[in-house]
Amino acid sequence: MLYREAGQFKSSYAEDQQIFPIRQDRVAMALLLLFAFVVVPLVGDQYWLSAIITPFLILSLAALGLNILTGYAGQLSLGTAAFMAVGAFMAYNAELRIPGMPIVGAFVVGGVCAAMVGLVFGLPSVRIKGFYLAVATLACQFFVLWAINRIGWFSNYSTSGVITAQKIEILGYDVVTPAGKYLLTLAIVAVMALAAKNLMRSETGRAFMAVRDMDVAASVIGIPMMRTKLLAFAISSFYCGVAGALYAFCYLGTVEPEAFTLDLSFRVLFMVIIGGVGSILGSFLGAAFITLFPIFLNRGSEWISDAFSIEIQSATVSNLELIIFGGLIIFFLIVEPNGLARLWQITKEKLRLWPFPH
Amino acid sequence: MILSVENVSLSFGGVKALQEVSFDVEQHEVRAIIGPNGAGKSSLLNVLNGVYHPQSGRITFKEKTFEDMDPRQAASMGIARTFQNIALFKGMSVLDNIMTGRNLKMGCNFLQQALWLGPARREELAHRHAVEEIIDFLEIEHIRRTPVGRLPYGLQKRVELGRALAAEPELLLLDEPMAGMNLEEKQDMCRFILDVNDHYGTTLVLIEHDMGVVMDISSRVVVLDYGRKIADGVPAEIRRNQKVIDAYLGVAH
Amino acid sequence: MDVAFFVEVLAGGLLAGVMYSLVALGFVLIYKASGVFNFAQGAMVFFAALTFVSLLERGWNFWLALGVTLAAMVALGMATERVVLRPLVNQPPITLFMATIGLTFVLEGLSQLAWGSQPHGLELGVPDVPMEWLSQGWNINISQFDLFAAFVAGLLVAVLAVFFQKTRIGRALRAVADDHQAALAVGIPLQHIWTIVWGVAGFVALVAGMMWGVRNGVQYSLTFVALKALPVLLIGGFESIPGAILGGVIIGATEKLAEVYLGPMVGGGIESWFAYVVALLFLLARPEGMFGEKHIDRV
Repeated sequence: MLYREAGQFKSSYAEDQQIFPIRQDRVAMALLLLFAFVVVPLVGDQYWLSAIITPFLILSLAALGLNILTGYAGQLSLGTAAFMAVGAFMAYNAELRIPGMPIVGAFVVGGVCAAMVGLVFGLPSVRIKGFYLAVATLACQFFVLWAINRIGWFSNYSTSGVITAQKIEILGYDVVTPAGKYLLTLAIVAVMALAAKNLMRSETGRAFMAVRDMDVAASVIGIPMMRTKLLAFAISSFYCGVAGALYAFCYLGTVEPEAFTLDLSFRVLFMVIIGGVGSILGSFLGAAFITLFPIFLNRGSEWISDAFSIEIQSATVSNLELIIFGGLIIFFLIVEPNGLARLWQITKEKLRLWPFPH
Repeated sequence: MILSVENVSLSFGGVKALQEVSFDVEQHEVRAIIGPNGAGKSSLLNVLNGVYHPQSGRITFKEKTFEDMDPRQAASMGIARTFQNIALFKGMSVLDNIMTGRNLKMGCNFLQQALWLGPARREELAHRHAVEEIIDFLEIEHIRRTPVGRLPYGLQKRVELGRALAAEPELLLLDEPMAGMNLEEKQDMCRFILDVNDHYGTTLVLIEHDMGVVMDISSRVVVLDYGRKIADGVPAEIRRNQKVIDAYLGVAH
Repeated sequence: MDVAFFVEVLAGGLLAGVMYSLVALGFVLIYKASGVFNFAQGAMVFFAALTFVSLLERGWNFWLALGVTLAAMVALGMATERVVLRPLVNQPPITLFMATIGLTFVLEGLSQLAWGSQPHGLELGVPDVPMEWLSQGWNINISQFDLFAAFVAGLLVAVLAVFFQKTRIGRALRAVADDHQAALAVGIPLQHIWTIVWGVAGFVALVAGMMWGVRNGVQYSLTFVALKALPVLLIGGFESIPGAILGGVIIGATEKLAEVYLGPMVGGGIESWFAYVVALLFLLARPEGMFGEKHIDRV
């Protein structure tokens, strides 16, 4: 009833190719952006902003990066955290060593360095496919982490390998409050998400998906295999690198290499799987799910232990978290392999008919 | 003469797929390649567009000679093809699949595409226009947004033809374009093939098993058996050729 | 160069490699029979070891504990087949792989929920001390336990190799790995086969868990031993039982040698990534692994 397309005719290809062809979608998106940029920083609770929403945005960006590589281009990667680490540490170093470097510039440097690492470790993808490639990306993950730990230059020779991200200053304003950091993160993520969407609906995106679906056929019709795969690695790593830089500057503050272990790579992979492989929206949905899930579990167990006066140890809760987590992954893979994004799509299709059954 | 194949031999380990096959293709004609199963027809097509590399022999296309070809090179020189077992990108829609056929004509780099406004947008819309013409021509407007994996076999074959046409090829290689189709679908496909030949002037080389189709639409026919060429001529001669009849009936030789 | 030291390091590496092979064997079994890359193998090793050790600590008899743990592993295998694999039977391999990642988490949580998270020590009667005649006579220290583990692994490999090649069930397993539908079509009972395979893999996981448990103690980090088995698989191929051993010793030896001889030049800690880089380089030369089959893409 509300979600009708009736009367919305497209009279040019340009209209047909819009990101949000349905007017209701455009309105909803505009309202969402308004809410996110204006309302949330004004009314947002400090804790929620700094501990939940900002990391959600940052991890969405990382999930977006991984989705580009694994979801769209079909190259399985377990090295996401390593690329984030490169982004974080190189952004720190850029800010530290290049005088007058604007903070966003430092983020870009971090991203570009991550992209270069991605190119190097993406080279094997030209010859290796599938699980073999995944294991090769593990080489990247472990090597990069070792290098950052061992090579003192990265952490400015601090004895513990820990760095403290510098204060963010943009155009003379200090960005120190949770709301400020949130807005900076939101702006960067929004711009990069738009860029990603544009890329994926252009020839680059099609080339990625062609390589994913049937690479022999793709090369026969003229798509350059090596260039496409390497581009996928580079772009994906750039996104993960910027996410890593944001992780350091807008969330953690004090960063050690151990923040970027294999565990984080898996978390981001789960966001992509649960959210929806090959979907920009899916990256956000997956990140939201995985960020909020432990919180619900914690609150839930608190509620149960209050309501039934039983003591639930935190170890039990974290083990339960693992079990339910793993179970949900399996559940999603069985029930809806295309993740939350597909579920959302189905909901929208049902909404178009609502309140009629068909 | 747009294409000439000279003494091409291809083997896989001990299996000789092609033995000293030679023939030529005139511009604008419809050349059929026929022969019993296992004769090497698909292998020949694969050699023509660079998927397989022959052990000996030469291929001359548009007056350039090669001893073997790279698929991307073939594509950029104007050779396009369809496959026996459909090689479409199952995860993408019909429109996107056909758009991939335009990739060699697109020039914008990824940064321009990320920005969208300006050259990338113009290029995308221009190519969309071209692809829509093909969609129109093949009468598949109603399924343009459907993921290809969900389409019935006959329509998938049509989409694959569309993708090949999107590259605006000079030589189109069709590997059993009518396999698995019913009479009506075959008639439609014949019509499309002849229209492509007429309207776009494309030279066609097709592998086909349906003799009726071959006799009706081809200008000349090459017959292969066990990797060797056993006959070459117009359809009327071929149907009377004793060696061809023997090959199909399975006379011991 | 100190030859005795080199021999010691090399032997240590080879034997460590055998330990990796034990874990890799489980992977190979499951991949051979169901085409699934079971990322949860490490978690299975952990679960088996933890269950066994916890039963022992509660005073159970060794053989009884062994038997019960084995039964538990078979039950686990059956449950996995029914709950995870069967619903996903027609999905692409990548989906199954990701499902096994989910399974890993479930098993980790379950193991700790059931038995707690403290590390446990494990004794199997063979002490982890150098063999006297070698260390006294030639100044080479090679652990008795390492040799015992190598012997056990060798025995296991021999038994499994015979099983797969010579028995009817082994043939059926290979058929199933190749093509589920075809195997069904000739009447091979898919469910039974998978149960057998996961049961055997569970047994292998238990043996691996016991060996590693003695070496490192039974604790959470055991799950990550599985990750080290991956380079082993890359080199040996995913489907070859002898390949698992060969890959294991190659990885073990090169890793140890690199750590001892190259490590000091770059600050140490090479072990975390060296094996992977070796496997990566190997793959670049032979993309299908040492014993894998060349993949011909038919278009």
